Amino acid sequence: MSTRPTTVVGVDVGGTFTDLFFYDEASGAARTHKVPSTRGDQSLGFLDGIAAGLANGKPADFRSLAAVIHGTTVGTNALLERKGATTGIITTEGFRDVLEMRRRDRRQTWGLWGDFVPVVPRDLRLEVRERTLADGTVRIPVDTDEVKRAARELLARGAEAVAVFFINAYANAANERAALAALREVWPNPFITASSEILPEIREFERCSTATLNAYLQPVVAKYIRSLDERLSQAGSTGTLLIVQSNGGVMTVDTAARLPIRTALSGPAAGVIAAAHIAESAGFPNVITGDMGGTSFDVALIAGGRSVLSAQTTIDFGMVVRTPMIEITTIGAGGGSIAGVDRGGLLQVGPESAGSDPGPAAYGKGQTRPTVTDANIVLGRINAERPIGGKLARLDVEAAREAIAAHVAKPLGLDVMQAAEAIIRVANSRMAGAIRLVSIERGHDPKRFALMPFGGAGALHAGALMKEVGLASTIVPRYPGVTSALGCVIADMRHDFVQTINRPLDDLDCAALGAAIMAISAEGRDFVTRGAVKLDGLATVVELDMCYVGQTHTVSVPLTIGADGVIDASTIRQAFEATYRTAFGRLLEGVPLRVLSLRVAAIGRRPKFDLAILAPGTGTLAAAERGERTVWFDGRPHTTRIYDRLALPVGAEIPGPAILEQPDATTWIDPDLTGRVDRFGNLILTRKP
Amino acid sequence: MIDPVTLAVLKGRLEQIADEMDATLFRSAFNPIIAEAHDASHGIYDAVTGDTLVQGKFGLPIFVGVMAFAVKATIDKAARDGDLADGDVYLFNDPYDGGTHLSDFKLVRPFFHQGRLFCWLASVGHWHDVGGNVPGNYNPIATESHQEGMHIPPVRLVRRGVLNGDIVEILKANSRLPLSLYGDLNGQLNALDLGARRLAELLADYGADTVAEALRELRARGAQLMRANIAELPDGTYSAEDFLDNDGIDDVPLKIALDVTIRGQEMTLDFSRSAPACLGPVNIARSTAIASCYVALKHVFRDVPANAGCLEPIRFVIPETSILSAKAPKPVGGYTETILRVIDVVFQALAQAAPDRVNGCAYGTINALSLAGHRRDGRRWVMFSFFGGGLGGNPEGDGLNHGNAPISTATIPPLEILEAAYPVMFTRWALRPDSAGPGRHRGGLGAIYEIELLEEEADVFVFGERGKFPPAGVIGGGPGALNRFTYQQGDDFKTPPMVSKMVGIKIRRGERVRLETPGGGGYGPPLARAPEDVARDVRQGYVSPEAARRDYGVVVDADGRIDMAATAMLRRRAAE
Repeated sequence: MSTRPTTVVGVDVGGTFTDLFFYDEASGAARTHKVPSTRGDQSLGFLDGIAAGLANGKPADFRSLAAVIHGTTVGTNALLERKGATTGIITTEGFRDVLEMRRRDRRQTWGLWGDFVPVVPRDLRLEVRERTLADGTVRIPVDTDEVKRAARELLARGAEAVAVFFINAYANAANERAALAALREVWPNPFITASSEILPEIREFERCSTATLNAYLQPVVAKYIRSLDERLSQAGSTGTLLIVQSNGGVMTVDTAARLPIRTALSGPAAGVIAAAHIAESAGFPNVITGDMGGTSFDVALIAGGRSVLSAQTTIDFGMVVRTPMIEITTIGAGGGSIAGVDRGGLLQVGPESAGSDPGPAAYGKGQTRPTVTDANIVLGRINAERPIGGKLARLDVEAAREAIAAHVAKPLGLDVMQAAEAIIRVANSRMAGAIRLVSIERGHDPKRFALMPFGGAGALHAGALMKEVGLASTIVPRYPGVTSALGCVIADMRHDFVQTINRPLDDLDCAALGAAIMAISAEGRDFVTRGAVKLDGLATVVELDMCYVGQTHTVSVPLTIGADGVIDASTIRQAFEATYRTAFGRLLEGVPLRVLSLRVAAIGRRPKFDLAILAPGTGTLAAAERGERTVWFDGRPHTTRIYDRLALPVGAEIPGPAILEQPDATTWIDPDLTGRVDRFGNLILTRKP
Repeated sequence: MIDPVTLAVLKGRLEQIADEMDATLFRSAFNPIIAEAHDASHGIYDAVTGDTLVQGKFGLPIFVGVMAFAVKATIDKAARDGDLADGDVYLFNDPYDGGTHLSDFKLVRPFFHQGRLFCWLASVGHWHDVGGNVPGNYNPIATESHQEGMHIPPVRLVRRGVLNGDIVEILKANSRLPLSLYGDLNGQLNALDLGARRLAELLADYGADTVAEALRELRARGAQLMRANIAELPDGTYSAEDFLDNDGIDDVPLKIALDVTIRGQEMTLDFSRSAPACLGPVNIARSTAIASCYVALKHVFRDVPANAGCLEPIRFVIPETSILSAKAPKPVGGYTETILRVIDVVFQALAQAAPDRVNGCAYGTINALSLAGHRRDGRRWVMFSFFGGGLGGNPEGDGLNHGNAPISTATIPPLEILEAAYPVMFTRWALRPDSAGPGRHRGGLGAIYEIELLEEEADVFVFGERGKFPPAGVIGGGPGALNRFTYQQGDDFKTPPMVSKMVGIKIRRGERVRLETPGGGGYGPPLARAPEDVARDVRQGYVSPEAARRDYGVVVDADGRIDMAATAMLRRRAAE
């Protein structure tokens, strides 16, 4: 019997666990699954997880897979751990050090230590004679024989991948294209990146870095996803494998193999996409997500249901990637952040972290300084007898208490409980600072936003953060631990283009711009419809990066383009002024405008499912109760009811103080807050009336 | 007394306000020196003394020390005016009272709470052109500050919220780039507005008394932390000397000498043995000298917060006649070179007391280079930029290749942006081999920049240093290479008479200028560097085989293979 495949699976591979989310398009049923990640070869845990999830008690049938959508950290890890391929660069004579010279920055404002080791060493960066001027004139044509000689030299020195980066290739890519064609004749594999193909945008270091890192990742990421694809096929799947990009969209295996740099922040991006959908379904189009892990707190802002994109990010010092990414602000404040008192007598929390290994003092692995998690344990907010994640049998409360006593309470003259609360307050204030950065500092009114914590620890701090920043409410998703896997299932197909224009608005040929937008949009639609997955519709987002003539920083100005592609200068000016006024307050009279770049995103809308399928079944508040324990808050103990989070029925009202436990997350409801389970199983925290 | 938790929380909130003011100006500024190079700063200052209470961490480090003087000058002027009101903003660029040089315009605004002055907010930014006889204002042959640019004493730019347009007109009329000036001025006003709004919110949240107490307490903690740092150093006097090439007028070296005395928790920085004030523009005001010491100390003692408390345990001895205590109208336009030298002597002196906390000297010159001319259609163009070099070797490892100066966090503009904006073509943008000071941990490499003119003709100005005295290493490390500026005339490359200072030389289409910047000084004796690390440097082209043999006693062939026997012999001989 053959039936149409209807199962869509989202797979998020994390450092410890692989999270899976299964959705059946035909029946509307959904379920989650969690398996240990397999270090070394992520694809093993990946396949095991799908098999186990599909089986659900019966033999696994891979033929039921319609699509597998994957948020991967293979690229991110290869960058952070510098485990990409041996890569060479072929570049313009005189410029082989662009990658290493960066933008002449240093690691930190204060302190002059620390060096920088580029991913491509100097002896694998070869120069050829060629030169294009800023206006696009080719001053010296490239000699393709010289390019081939350079390529053979790089191969002899062990290069597996290669990037071509010529000065001013954004203005005219003729020399790069000629070099690329010559390279293809001699290079034994497809791991070739040209800077003008990946980023035809002015700024040589950023373009060189992005192209180089793409080449550096190509062999690693291509091998990984091709092997996944093959294993899925061998297991019987005819479904499409799609990869989540840092911009929150998904792409095909072929595109991902060619443009792996677009996966640099694949995992976290999927989480933000899910958050946007969960929040909007629940009636919160404006949310700030806070993902609290062991070492960091990642914040992203969603306004009107849409996440904010940034044009570039820095993976590590000097490792710059310029492709559109969901803007995620990270600070060093997590459960493992270490607390201490400096020699000026000031309490500090983080950025130093104990991570998950050796982890907090309570893990009993020899780390004896107190962490945020230790403070939560001592205050009774974390259940020491049943730690989340399932790796440890129990936590050592006494070790946590001793650590706090020795390193915080004694130096500050506080008792242990006061000291533990102090650690939480300082950690909260740092996280609140990150939330202010993405909201208030960008001109958003916090009263219009809800906070959505995810990760295991976020919901322990959410109430305090919401109050400190002045957010309206908090929405804790039903499964805070598998948010990214859910995001994979609903992410849209997406393809981004950028092209430098760099002309005053007064000199801009608007007819040509309109024609270019139409052509690029058509190409983009072609890209996003290649995936052989079900789409609900197509959309194109057009933006111009603009500034006043003389400024160097630009603002992204959204343009609305009609079906005929006609656009005129006065429309562009009005759009700019609206954007600029929002960003900076005052316009500058009489100053001409410049258009630096055109950005076009083609989007294929994938079907969203009704999150009500995640809603809890029938039950009662009383049945969900799991007893009481003492939790410290605001200087005194509170007798606090404990609930099984997943057993709470829709509509349940839980006044604080209360603790909600589930296998991968703990929620703490402050005494002055109250929680309500909505029809999707989310928990909504608001102030008590 | 304020509880330690509220204090820690308020510290973060206050710093965030200053940081946000920085970010606002960077994003909206017109000139790349602010927008890209972050040559600006913002902070919160004491209502009575002007002392720094909180400073943003993204601004130019040198301003952290100097802004207190600028605010104090404003406080004195406001007292003379006698009618300070909410909504006022003072503006000035006087370098003797306010520090640094004429290009830096300070905007200072009182912050009132319930009708009473609570504190001051200030914004400083480096404007692109402020008049004078050299575009960009780095005039290496100025003999009085009037030749360096317009000179504005503290004046009330905004009175009770109303902008005095006449002052703006005067400012614009005195700049070659009035539009850029207008844009930057607006950006600074925006930043001050924002700071005032955020501070008002904070006071509403926590109460003015609590915030005021936190500010006092943070200052006290700063002092306590600096005292703890000083107390760890052995008592004694530690001396260092370094030199500026010349003042641009007379080709005579100028000594910067420092005697650091540490006694218990106190430190004295005595510059008495330094050169007297000079004719040319490398003088600095006393305020600037103190600020540069602050920068050097904060690079060494990184945990000390950016507030006035850190200077409490430190005494300065700077004679009135010193090159480090300039009075009007001594020219100060090249202040960056002198403060870099002050920082270098602080590092060299402290190396003797705290060998595990310092680093070799950085490249030590800002290399302000401008090319200016007219396009065929008559439009004027001025390309002005600062260039990078190597940082010093340090206890952890080698110095950073091509970094920014210790007084700055500036990034360099992309060469593609420069080529798109000006009629020039870079022919080289590369690391400079053999420029790093040798050492157990060597310095970072300097750079070579070579620029060809694409228009008919241009005037070239350069203001650099380290042409005669290289950046020193510490703890036995060797010096980096000398700074070298050359310009093409026909077939020849020439060197200016003042080494790396030059004004108004003409170059023609197709001719080039070349800047080769110093690397950083080394850390620890070069003979202690592992031969394999030296060989790797040779393979990467950072160090030539000749230099490997000469500086490190390591014999490496052209392919980077070590001759072990020859190396052992050479090193043994060198050790004797």
